[in-house]
Amino acid sequence: MTRQLCLAAAMSVTLATPALTETAPTDVAYTEGKIETSLTATPGDPANGITVMTTAALGNCVACHTIAALPDVQFPGDIAPPLDGVADRWSEAELRGIVANAKMTFEGSFMPAFYKTEGFIRPGGGYTGKAPAGDLPPILTGQQIEDVVAYLLTLKE
Amino acid sequence: MHRTATTWATLTLGLALAGAVAADPVEDTLVVEAEEGTVDLVTTAPAPEFLKDTVDTIYSGWHYREDETRDLQRDDFDNPGMVFVDRGLDLWNATIGTDGQSCAGCHEGPESMAGLRATTPRVDAKTGALMTVENYVDACVTDRMGLEAWGWTGSQMKDMLALISMQSRGMPVNVAIDGAAASFWEKGKELYYTRFGQLEMSCASCHEDNQGRYIRADHLSQGQVNGFPVYRLKDAGILSAQQRFVGCVRDTRAETFKPNSDEFKALELYVASRGNGLSVEGVSVRH
Ligand code: HEC
Ligand code: HEC
Repeated sequence: MTRQLCLAAAMSVTLATPALTETAPTDVAYTEGKIETSLTATPGDPANGITVMTTAALGNCVACHTIAALPDVQFPGDIAPPLDGVADRWSEAELRGIVANAKMTFEGSFMPAFYKTEGFIRPGGGYTGKAPAGDLPPILTGQQIEDVVAYLLTLKE
Repeated sequence: MHRTATTWATLTLGLALAGAVAADPVEDTLVVEAEEGTVDLVTTAPAPEFLKDTVDTIYSGWHYREDETRDLQRDDFDNPGMVFVDRGLDLWNATIGTDGQSCAGCHEGPESMAGLRATTPRVDAKTGALMTVENYVDACVTDRMGLEAWGWTGSQMKDMLALISMQSRGMPVNVAIDGAAASFWEKGKELYYTRFGQLEMSCASCHEDNQGRYIRADHLSQGQVNGFPVYRLKDAGILSAQQRFVGCVRDTRAETFKPNSDEFKALELYVASRGNGLSVEGVSVRH
């Protein structure tokens, strides 16, 4: 990886601004729920994936899912299936599709779409309760989605 | 590798059933020690007719709270919400109107308000408007006492709401959903099932489909409003039903409606009707 690319990747994580190389949420192609190609040019970082999944202001996956491999997470929710062994059940392309927009795989799912910017009823600007100031960003950046997928791929029974 | 939608559905259904047992609302009964004696509150009841296909039994949010929080509601001396009821009584008797009027001057004792909390929101026969307790209070404050409206979240309104709600403690919630109320009720129902915000969640997503489960550390109740207003330990203050709605809608990353909006009033009527048969708790305690 070139130095420039590394810098761009680091910036996209810290500033949560989509890097130029990210496929925009509105341009993502789903085939039967799957997203075949990476949303970014940078491989996912599983360690950051854990951070995204366990941080309330980011993915907050543990609000609904338990993960036995992360015993330090306090009070995970029990709304959704445990994520243990998820990599045995789903391919990388399927997992990317589920995290980006689970409703493409599970019709009417309760699971929020983390990489979607349109088609909402009264969307707010984050958790402010007010209308968004400008364009609605996706909940997670493309790189954060890739990081989460990279971590999910480690969850084998 | 590939799971078809149907095998997946059976899998989650299995999980759902297993999960429901583990996180059921606690079995307990609520008898309150009050100055006037003990008050038995109905916190579990058969679901109202229109909900029969959805749930069998309705539960007060009290059943989903921790032991210590539930205990605070068993004795009025321990219930921090009673301070607000006392303040409401002072306000009731105070000559605050521009011509020296007081609530007591027109209505005598606060017990004249018995039943109001149990039957509101309701359609006012004279005006055809949907009225909550707050709407009635503000109508008196402005039209009859010549004051500025108290608004919905001010301390005077909350003190008065606490006092008035206490007069219906122990009465079954019994809001009308037919006749003049029907169109408001339908609108509230539609809102209840609308998936708002960037998280695309409806009231039903949390309080119907997932009641009894944990969303992070929160034990999801049926989202009933029979306990409102509640004393919320987290805020050390009184919270009205529509303020709770604001918080819940905000949590879906949505632009919320405002308290006293047509939307939230209709929603309050609909949600209240889902609790028809549960006791009004006066001022309940939640964490
Ligand atoms: C508000 C609840 C909720 C949140 C938050 C949530 N999920 Fe889910 N998730 C679900 C539900 C419910 C399902 C089951 C599919 C269905 O029935 O819709 C699911 C299914 C999945 C699956 C398939 C599970 C399997 O065992 O086959 C994966 C993978 C997954 N979620 C990952 C995530 C990740 C990663 C995040 C965070 C970035 C996340 N989820 C956040 C509710 C949630
Ligand atoms: C993201 C999940 C979620 C959604 C969506 C949601 N709520 Fe809630 N709600 C909660 C949580 C968590 C609590 C606190 C625990 C409890 O009582 O269920 C709560 C509490 C409540 C309570 C207080 C119950 C009591 O006895 O203290 C009411 C009333 C309520 N919700 C109504 C609603 C209504 C009406 C809507 C839709 C406009 C709604 N909620 C949408 C999560 C949600």
